[in-house]
Amino acid sequence: MSREGYVNAALVAALIGVPLWAHLAGEPFTITLATRAVIFALAAVGLNLALGLGGMVSFGHAVFFGLGGYAMGILAHHAQNFLPLYDGLFLIEGTKSMPVIWLVAITVSALAALLIGLLSLRTSGVYFIMITLAFGQMFYYFTISWSAYGGEDGLSIWVRNGFPGLNTLDPIQFYALCFTLLCAALWLTHRIARSPFGLMLNATRQVPHRVETVGLDGQRAKLVVFVISGAITGLAGALFADLNRFVSPTMFSWHMSGEIMIFVILGGVARLFGPVAGAVLFVAMEHVLGDLSDYWHIYLGALLLGIVLFARGGVVGLLAGRAKSHD
Amino acid sequence: MSAILIVEQVLNGLQFGVMLFLMAAGLTLIFGVMGLINLAHGSLYMVGAFVAATVAGLTGSFLLALIAAMAAAAMAGAVIEMSVIRRLYHTDHLDQVLATFALILIFSEGTRAIFGSFPLYLDTPALLSGPVTLPLGIEYPRYRLALIAAGLAVALGLWLLIAKTRIGIQIRAGENDREMIAALGVDIRTLYTFVFALGAALAGLAGALVGAIQSVQVGMGEPVLILAFVVIVIGGIGSIKGAFVGALIVGLTDTLGGIFLPELFKLFMEPASATQIGASLSSMAIYLLMAAVLIWRPTGLYGVRA
Repeated sequence: MSREGYVNAALVAALIGVPLWAHLAGEPFTITLATRAVIFALAAVGLNLALGLGGMVSFGHAVFFGLGGYAMGILAHHAQNFLPLYDGLFLIEGTKSMPVIWLVAITVSALAALLIGLLSLRTSGVYFIMITLAFGQMFYYFTISWSAYGGEDGLSIWVRNGFPGLNTLDPIQFYALCFTLLCAALWLTHRIARSPFGLMLNATRQVPHRVETVGLDGQRAKLVVFVISGAITGLAGALFADLNRFVSPTMFSWHMSGEIMIFVILGGVARLFGPVAGAVLFVAMEHVLGDLSDYWHIYLGALLLGIVLFARGGVVGLLAGRAKSHD
Repeated sequence: MSAILIVEQVLNGLQFGVMLFLMAAGLTLIFGVMGLINLAHGSLYMVGAFVAATVAGLTGSFLLALIAAMAAAAMAGAVIEMSVIRRLYHTDHLDQVLATFALILIFSEGTRAIFGSFPLYLDTPALLSGPVTLPLGIEYPRYRLALIAAGLAVALGLWLLIAKTRIGIQIRAGENDREMIAALGVDIRTLYTFVFALGAALAGLAGALVGAIQSVQVGMGEPVLILAFVVIVIGGIGSIKGAFVGALIVGLTDTLGGIFLPELFKLFMEPASATQIGASLSSMAIYLLMAAVLIWRPTGLYGVRA
């Protein structure tokens, strides 16, 4: 096993071991923290597909995170108030069932990613960063003024949604659900990166004109991976909303986009487990430094600066050495 | 809807536009000359506003407050350029976005630690307070009119600096070919620090000027920063002319959209939902505009074709 393999294995062991210990020791707050980290990791795994593999610096992934959140919020809001979502030719009702909510979250954010990707991929470089940021702001301001679903105040859900056969109110069972989804997303990322499609994306990121010369459509591949990336982040948004039983426009804010990006960079861009390491570190710091000082963002800022300036490759890069790619 | 209201709103839009130009000019200069995306530009705006409010509170002089705000923002700009930004010129945009995002965190929390979470207030100077009567009997705040004049004066000064002076020639040359002007013996490091400090001073000035009509608080720079980015993206990144045109377009769209879109929807909808839809559409309007411009011209109105 490579050094990176050991780092990854240690991470997985910690993500299984710590919550299990917390469950046995009766510390539900630690499980909640771990759930938060795992959900952020899932969002960042989504972004890492666009950023690391596709080379698309999306500053608007909060759009998908927020759409996932609002998919959950709106469906559960209608279900808990017994209001039909649509009552015309046929009847659509809200739901409190996680699998249905997830499916809706994934579909909605994939569609949004398709639309945003189609428009944004006409530009590149700084313009791509800025246009994705603009889409994020559009959704942010739209939800703020959408008073039917709470506007600026957001939506609260009274009871966490259910999953067939599980008791999601039990922290460890909800954690297990989120962790399983994270593992599935990691497996999917791994498979995509190793597939001919992934190799082509890798090549498109490095030398786009050569890929074009051999007759492959690199732009389309980027669009496809952007859609998958958005869908995964959207799923994370639905879980995050379920964890807090609350959605608000801040899920769409550009700070959220920035934070998802921080998870990826902190851990290491284009590393399979980079986003996981980054999200875990972020949540741990948020908790530890947040206890020490009200102004913990200063330390986060300083650490981030240090990583950008001196430790390219993030935490996984620091621990596992340089990546074996041909950069 | 009366003509007076329309004129007032157009003036408000102009005022907002020229203030956005002060922010956008620095951003676009820094991107044009150094190729750097500076998210921390909004923090320099905030620094200007806080310093102005503090100095005005201590001395009672608005002019001194403005000078102090520009000086402090320029100094803060020079310090971060020499300590952090300088290392980012040769890295990719992702690193620049993150490093300057980190600077925002440090500046915002630092300011919160020093000044606390409560907003400060900066009064408009006595000389410029009160309304002024324009032709057609329109009453308009004197201070806002002064803001428009100040913004236009700075735009003119900036144009003279870039078009007519030696340092302006160096800046334009730096945009085109940085190796060449370094080879010709121009101290490129000092030039970069100067350009960054100049952009910072403009942001500080904007912060101080706007601080007198809004509350001065942590995070005040961020909405303006995002709008300034929209401005320079619409205008074409690196183009001062683009920044000016873009700033006026964004300023007018934002201000007029908020007033006229709900009215427009009322023509064919019931008032309640018209107000609702009009309001949400108007807050999205400038982003829709930006997306439309980028789809039509992927490098902005006056941008160089990639």
